[in-house]
Amino acid sequence: MPTRQTGAKKNRVLPGFKLTLGFTLFYLGLIVLIPLTAVFIKTSTLSWAQFSQTVFSPQALAAYRLSFGASFFAALINAVFGLIVAWVLVRYSFFGKKFVDALVDLPFALPTAVAGITLATLYAPNGWIGHLLVPFGIKVSYTQLGIFVALTFIGLPFIVRTVQPVLEDFDPELEDAAASLGASRWQIFWRVIFPTLTPALLTGFALAFARALGEYGSVVFISSNIPMKTQIVPLLIMNELDSFQYARATALAVVMLVVSFLLLLAVNVLQWWSNRYNTNNLA
Amino acid sequence: MTAAEKVNAPHRMAEPPFVRRLLIAVALVFIALFLVVPLVSVFAEALKQGIGFYFQTLHDPLTLSAIKLTLITAGISVPLNCVFGVAAAWAIAKFDFRGKNILLTLIDLPFSISPVISGLIFVLIFGAQGWFGSWFTEHMKIIFAVPGIVLATIFVTFPFVARELIPLMQAQGRTEEEAARVLGASGWQTFWRVTIPNIKWGLIYGVILCNARAMGEFGAVSVVSGHIQGQTNTIPLHVQILYEGNNFTGAFAVASLLTFLALVTLVLKTWVENKNTALRGTAFTPVPIGNKAA
Repeated sequence: MPTRQTGAKKNRVLPGFKLTLGFTLFYLGLIVLIPLTAVFIKTSTLSWAQFSQTVFSPQALAAYRLSFGASFFAALINAVFGLIVAWVLVRYSFFGKKFVDALVDLPFALPTAVAGITLATLYAPNGWIGHLLVPFGIKVSYTQLGIFVALTFIGLPFIVRTVQPVLEDFDPELEDAAASLGASRWQIFWRVIFPTLTPALLTGFALAFARALGEYGSVVFISSNIPMKTQIVPLLIMNELDSFQYARATALAVVMLVVSFLLLLAVNVLQWWSNRYNTNNLA
Repeated sequence: MTAAEKVNAPHRMAEPPFVRRLLIAVALVFIALFLVVPLVSVFAEALKQGIGFYFQTLHDPLTLSAIKLTLITAGISVPLNCVFGVAAAWAIAKFDFRGKNILLTLIDLPFSISPVISGLIFVLIFGAQGWFGSWFTEHMKIIFAVPGIVLATIFVTFPFVARELIPLMQAQGRTEEEAARVLGASGWQTFWRVTIPNIKWGLIYGVILCNARAMGEFGAVSVVSGHIQGQTNTIPLHVQILYEGNNFTGAFAVASLLTFLALVTLVLKTWVENKNTALRGTAFTPVPIGNKAA
């Protein structure tokens, strides 16, 4: 019967499946997948000895340590202050709130090169902020601290934007219930609200950390790019490229890609966890 | 607790006033220090040598050619990613097929890749020592030329439109399009008269965010550009050249253009969010869109 057939092929009520999926896969393959495999194929032309010599060189190890360390602490600072900003934006009303809310996305909208030269100038010894720190003997621009400042800037929106929606959806009746059972405000925050925010907070942290690991534009100006001291991994890759060491640059890129994929996986798992949390709340 | 106390219990603002004020103060100081001060300083530095020097820098032929190249790059990459975004969202939201979650993750992939690596992959393919390098260096220069800049920009802005449209179209479902088809509309009619009006704001939103990134991309473009002034220089690369040439005021003057673009982006973004409250800037905060559907 014809009706049965259309019922079975319910996907085909709307046209364009083959066209749109075909174009999607073609474009994805051409722009993203084929170019990405180039990195892995190029690396496979290296012998293991060449590969390990590059990715475990003292300079590379120092760069990993600085990249991971600075990204971690930048994400941590953003977790603390991002939570406070999200809390204030959702729960309180104050003058200029809408302005602050829109401004939070500035680090995404502002090109990284602009952020880079601005922060480098601000925190230089004669800069607006830098000159205030000179009496205390604190140098920011061209030091590891400067890298940390740049990575904090570019990671700022992630935690605010992941925590904000969860906090908005939070059912205040849960707080009322806890209060009526005699919990203090502080207990309510730590025992009732904070556990609900944890998956979002961790997601935001992982996103900010991942973004910081790959960041180049805002760091290149504020870092003095001295090997072993102020050179993060993307800068090291760029240095190898500038001296036409494509194989070495590619080997380092593979290490960073693997780390990025693992972080992407972690974020996906966190997202799944937080969605489950929300469904439980609704039920 | 008596019944009266319960009714009066203000659950939304239960913190004591001094805690509330302290938290607001901490948040505002943090925002001011990290966002407002840098923003103001861009314009202050740009105007340091007066308004005359400012406009002189912007009218410089090298600046104008950088602006032109940036407009060309965004003009090619944004529409292409727009077509891709609509096609991907149509396939994913309107049909059921296996491997959808893998596809969603792959669409997100460019977001998790360092800009430097995004540029590197195109050097590996089209560069002088790359796979097709010898053919391309003879017939059509891609690396250290405009096509490479466009390719790298398409790569880094690849997910922007798609990831705004997919959740939006998934939430809207298929019933309206199916009704149009049953009533006799053709596929294209359904798409133009039903789907496009429904996703209009999502599409505009995606384009705004995609364009901001396309015009501002620095790392990936820097790898493939070759930094030839007047030829392969985009606005962000021009900022770098001026800055490294110790023309700080000039660098900030050009940077102020990009800062202005960022501010316009934020204003438009907020405006569109008010038009359609379902939009939340998922391209700016790349939370995976994959498992949201469930």
